[in-house]
Amino acid sequence: MATIAATAGLPELTADDLARYSRHLILPEVGVQGQRKLKAARVLCVGTGGLGSPLALYLAAAGVGTLGLVDFDVVDASNLQRQIIHSTADIGRKKLDSAAEKLQALNPALNVEKHDTLLSSANALNILKDYDVVADGTDNFPTRYLVNDACVLLGKPNAYGSIFRFEGQASVFATKDGPCYRCLYPEPPPPGLVPSCAEGGVLGILPGLVGIIQATETIKLILGIGEPLIGRLLLVDALNMRFRDLKLRKNPECPVCGAHPTVTSLIDYQQFCGIESASEKQSNVKNGIPQLSARDLKRRIDAGENLFILDVREPFEYQIANIGGKLIPQNDVPQRIGEIDRDKEIVVHCKGGGRSQRIAEFLKQSGFPKVVNLAGGILAWSDEVDPKVPKY
Amino acid sequence: MTIFIPTPLRPFAAGKDAVEVNALTVAAALDELTQTYPELRKHLFTVEGKMRAFVNVYLNDEDVRYLPGKEATEVSTKDTLSIIPSIAGGAGGDLQSSR
Repeated sequence: MATIAATAGLPELTADDLARYSRHLILPEVGVQGQRKLKAARVLCVGTGGLGSPLALYLAAAGVGTLGLVDFDVVDASNLQRQIIHSTADIGRKKLDSAAEKLQALNPALNVEKHDTLLSSANALNILKDYDVVADGTDNFPTRYLVNDACVLLGKPNAYGSIFRFEGQASVFATKDGPCYRCLYPEPPPPGLVPSCAEGGVLGILPGLVGIIQATETIKLILGIGEPLIGRLLLVDALNMRFRDLKLRKNPECPVCGAHPTVTSLIDYQQFCGIESASEKQSNVKNGIPQLSARDLKRRIDAGENLFILDVREPFEYQIANIGGKLIPQNDVPQRIGEIDRDKEIVVHCKGGGRSQRIAEFLKQSGFPKVVNLAGGILAWSDEVDPKVPKY
Repeated sequence: MTIFIPTPLRPFAAGKDAVEVNALTVAAALDELTQTYPELRKHLFTVEGKMRAFVNVYLNDEDVRYLPGKEATEVSTKDTLSIIPSIAGGAGGDLQSSR
């Protein structure tokens, strides 16, 4: 189902192209015609992070003519464990600029189109419409659903890849007869249930492995060769180095790509994923749990208040940095609930405030009268109270 | 038969990546799993007892939703069940904090 224009309209290869892509040209599956298809192709990389790094680099190397990049983030030291398109000198710099520079250096003939924006329902259709294939390398559920729906509505194939710790998934969604992301997952997980890389960690090589799979699928779609992952979910287990192939069916009742779609325009994906809006965030009570700022906690400790600080992180995190709280890792809290002093006000904290919020809600449901959550976790403490506490 | 537990759910299954159960149908296998590991139940099923829509169960390489018998499909010792949750790496649900 090549989405690329007929051979007649394809750009010619220059002498430089012939030299550069010689290893493609001598492959029967690519050849001069295939390389011309790559040159004509326009691919949008949503995200220039873990997945986007290898994806964009290999597409540029392969001779894709135009790469659109969408990213609004800035390079951080903790990115460099896996986001190899960026370098140490780029810390603090916009990822878009850093990525574009490396891609251009690799392939000066590449046409880079930067989209310095948060992809949203307001702009997604407009941005995606000018590309042939979309490679989704984003890091959150709302954008996953947004990209999926936009691809289905526009008829653009979506080379999908996602990762968690040391496991990955890859597929090709939103082709005409194939399934879409919603056929696989009609509903997102509740926020906070599936930990982020920041909370759960990720093996640095993993997005490399999965990003290359996405690049491979993108190239196959452009060239119209091989068997793309349409209707298949590839599962990667890097730890055991096992690859599994599961059948993905198009859901005839899919609200987006089914026979009678009910989603015919982009929706509010934050709401869809159950994420509270910015205005809800202003209030300092979440699901019945008061949110305490790091500064306020410090003030209350200094005032000698009778607080019980409960740290629900893992022991290795405690070793990296702690503020002297009682460590009961989140999964042990139910069994060790007797160690938490019901008479005191419990201040629950973790790294960023997510896990502690869930544990705070659990304690409240278990009958603890006074439970608060340290908003922003130990990271906020490091930012606002004591920079000597290491961030990780 | 073997039930493969995905990484995000392993903390609720005593850290195991695979659990052996002795059951005759997909539903019975999942029941036995959640009886042995009750914490898994709320991650796999809604309060009404339906499979949560961000979790997929595969019998070998087929999605149980699309099997004619669905959860009533019979299983043998040679079959495997895989639980495949949605993952998105990266940041948490908050678009603003993309660390």
